[in-house]
Amino acid sequence: MSNPQQLRYSKEHEWLSGAEDGASTVGITEHAANALGDVVFVQLPEVGDSVTAGETCGELESTKSVSDLYSPVSGEVTEVNEEVVNDPSLVNSAPFEGGWLFKVRITDEPADLLSADEYTAFTAG
Amino acid sequence: MSSTELRRTALDATHRALGATMTDFAGWDMPLRYGSEREEHVAVRTRAGLFDLSHMGEITVTGPQAAELLNFALVGNIGSVKPGRARYTMICREDGGILDDLIVYRLGEAEAGSSHYMVVANASNAQVVLDALTERAAGFDAEVRDDRDAYALLAVQGPESPGILASLTDADLDGLKYYAGLPGTVAGVPALIARTGYTGEDGFELFVKPEHAVGLWEALTKAGEGAGLVPCGLSCRDTLRLEAGMPLYGNELSTALTPFDAGLGRVVKFEKEGDFVGRAALTEAAERAASQPPRVLVGLVAEGRRVPRAGYPVVAGGEVIGEVTSGAPSPTLGKPIAMAYVDPAHAAEGTEGVGVDIRGSHEPYEVVALPFYKRQK
Repeated sequence: MSNPQQLRYSKEHEWLSGAEDGASTVGITEHAANALGDVVFVQLPEVGDSVTAGETCGELESTKSVSDLYSPVSGEVTEVNEEVVNDPSLVNSAPFEGGWLFKVRITDEPADLLSADEYTAFTAG
Repeated sequence: MSSTELRRTALDATHRALGATMTDFAGWDMPLRYGSEREEHVAVRTRAGLFDLSHMGEITVTGPQAAELLNFALVGNIGSVKPGRARYTMICREDGGILDDLIVYRLGEAEAGSSHYMVVANASNAQVVLDALTERAAGFDAEVRDDRDAYALLAVQGPESPGILASLTDADLDGLKYYAGLPGTVAGVPALIARTGYTGEDGFELFVKPEHAVGLWEALTKAGEGAGLVPCGLSCRDTLRLEAGMPLYGNELSTALTPFDAGLGRVVKFEKEGDFVGRAALTEAAERAASQPPRVLVGLVAEGRRVPRAGYPVVAGGEVIGEVTSGAPSPTLGKPIAMAYVDPAHAAEGTEGVGVDIRGSHEPYEVVALPFYKRQK
């Protein structure tokens, strides 16, 4: 699996895109999706919610487990992916594309987000 | 359990070559899934799936008094099992608590006057069962042998499994009934062929020597190619057995429960000859169950999409009325399902107002009779 170069990554296995119209897109990585197995339920924050870097803002359920969703940055949620709520399997089939989770207008971001190469090394370790 | 010294089955390299996600299961490094567990589940329901179950614990019991020993050590009437047949049974403590649920296969007579049984225990309980049988064998003319390393166990499950297996053996599969087993040759290797499984589908379990496991796996994979057979991991085995309403030790069964508390009192055979371990306590448990019904194991089907998990409280009218023992999204029903022990007042099919407390949120559930799924014969 390859992690797109243009994204940045958290150690909780979320990815973050560059800002577009002032908002960045957040999803979980393919590594995380593979570790979860088939995702069957996605609970996302609501539009207008404030999220805080490193804190939980939703949850992902798979066949075997339930996992918290962490926000990689602090900010305000501007959009959520309704398609992935209706069809959680998008997280498995297209984690970096159609399986995106929410968009956030960033107010603060931690200094320790990883590059694609750093994240690849992190998950290999 | 420590993960430092995981045991590996004879098929370990095969699983890794197939890209399996592995998991620590009762001290064994076992395939959890190869790809999508939901697709593996659907393959077993509609076509066929191939499993490595070599973690299961085989214990051989032989000798002139093998049947008497098993009648004493287990709650079932093993003496009535005919050669070539199998029986689902349990081993209990003196206080009636369930130590494990078992399948006992009666094999052919090795020699006149001596009978031969294979007891198959859950991996997590194999040592406990072996120790109990060994201890209970005192005074019987019978031998209890640890055969955990003597067998690999492969299972082919699903509606296409008879055709797939028939292409690799001359054994009379049509004559092999559910819960029967016979020695035969499969893909050129000697095997005990049993028509058992834990999926709710027709299927076979093949006990072979570990050195024959890889060759047999490859032969079954090739034979099943055209029928859509896929390798299947323990994740889908769990959802398959849950849909079929089959209990899992550690979830629905434990030493804290007697068979009567688990709704499985029928496995206890008081009418058999001789005493057996737990008889007095189980007699009381049966009377107690009749006069003061204990919590009942029921099925729950979600109206929403959130998945109940083992240990979640079952609620009604703001009160806790039970506890989930197993839960998962059901691929066949397309909804989350669960097994739960609930108070008898709320156990009837269609009882209104029952929910599961899912991390603080009360989600509505429908009470249904088990199983969730029954195959069309």
